[in-house]
Amino acid sequence: MTSVMIDTGNYIAAKAAVMCKPEVVAAYPITPQTTLVEGIANYLASGEFKGEYICVESEHSAMAACIGASSTGVRTFTGTSSHGLLLMHEMLHWAALARLPIVMCNINRVIGPGWNIWSDENDSISQRDTGWIQFYCSSNQEIFDTTIQSFKIAEHEKVQLPVMISYNAFILSHTSMPVYIPDQKEIDSFLPKRKPKWKLDVDNPITFGNIILPPAYEKVRKDMQESQEFAKKLIPNISKEWKKSFGRYHGDLLEYYRCDDAEYILLSMGAIGAESKVAIDNLRKEGVKIGLARVRCFRPFPQEEILKLSKKADLIVIDRNISVGMEGAVFTEIKAALYGKSDAKVNGFIAGLGGKDVTFADIEKMCKKVVSGKAKHLEWFGLEGV
Amino acid sequence: MPMMKWRCNFLKKYDVETTISYPKKGAMGKTGTWRVFKPILDKKKCVKCLRCWIYCPEATVIRNKDDSVDIDYEYCKGCGICANVCKVKAITLEREGEIK
Repeated sequence: MTSVMIDTGNYIAAKAAVMCKPEVVAAYPITPQTTLVEGIANYLASGEFKGEYICVESEHSAMAACIGASSTGVRTFTGTSSHGLLLMHEMLHWAALARLPIVMCNINRVIGPGWNIWSDENDSISQRDTGWIQFYCSSNQEIFDTTIQSFKIAEHEKVQLPVMISYNAFILSHTSMPVYIPDQKEIDSFLPKRKPKWKLDVDNPITFGNIILPPAYEKVRKDMQESQEFAKKLIPNISKEWKKSFGRYHGDLLEYYRCDDAEYILLSMGAIGAESKVAIDNLRKEGVKIGLARVRCFRPFPQEEILKLSKKADLIVIDRNISVGMEGAVFTEIKAALYGKSDAKVNGFIAGLGGKDVTFADIEKMCKKVVSGKAKHLEWFGLEGV
Repeated sequence: MPMMKWRCNFLKKYDVETTISYPKKGAMGKTGTWRVFKPILDKKKCVKCLRCWIYCPEATVIRNKDDSVDIDYEYCKGCGICANVCKVKAITLEREGEIK
């Protein structure tokens, strides 16, 4: 029977992780992820979590322990944030190249110096090229549902790649919302025990990470790319299967909101994506034909869908990150998706860095500036003044 | 490069291309070609103490039935540990390709 749990994003993620029955969790606490690992530790104490909980001395070790555990064929989960994620960087590449279906929650937090614990996507955006599939959530329900879906995606025989689920520091991680929790049996039938294609087994020894000369390595990389392309097709199917089983749907690679007759389409991620819906409703009331395509999946990147959107509408992009020396990462990716195939105008905004609040009123202001034709190609919202 | 072609076929595919291989002799290719210094064993000096056999990190010192030893030059990388641990100085290192 489905129950309702009112709790913070972190405790909801802990609940979801435990319901996936991982056999190993290895994690190191860091603000604002701390209550996630605390939540899992509580489930360990109560007996609800029956796996192995490895307390490690750093995030680098946490991911290394997950890599070792996942290599033995068991389901593995971890969580981190900001500097913790950055310390894992080497191991993130390793996990993906070793084709290990590890699932990790990352709570998007600012990178220092300028010590700051608030929400900012630069931590996970700077892990873009590690080969991990990346989701960005906009509600606690989506955190719960995506965590369970992620194991199914990661463990698919044609994917075999790790998945990172990002959600905003405090805005989601420490905010309570009601979340529907399905029965354990229903989760078990949606997500059966992991069936590894290969594993570390002392009775049948195999060599991991032996020397690989250039042509073979290139083949391995190309295959990762093909698996990400496959995930692009798989993720919508998993979303549909979830909808059929549990009645909830948060979109596929993108979540569309009032896009049908839109002349402008706003693209944003995470909590700003949820806030954008309010802005869209208000702008619609004022007669602006605008819709939202919330980027739910950043890797693989939904190029084809975005190109399709650009055939009917101009695009507005809000980035809560900056690739210094260029522009917002999502803005760049979107323009790359359109290159040579679309005449749509694309306007970009950098907003909410350092955890600065981005409200629906702010989003409306940004959109109106674009609609009025006064917006520059790239603007810093609230700094240059909108 | 023929060796590279051979290595490609060596990796295992489990629905996806992995970096997994099966352990076997010469899994890294003929590593003897890496050698700069070649260990030369003087069997007349050898006292069959087997220290070289114990210490060789690549298992390229072959132990015979009578405890005499031979060196597998196909895989010996020439690290020189055997020469270093030999108490009777029965192993000396010669630079590869050196003309005497």
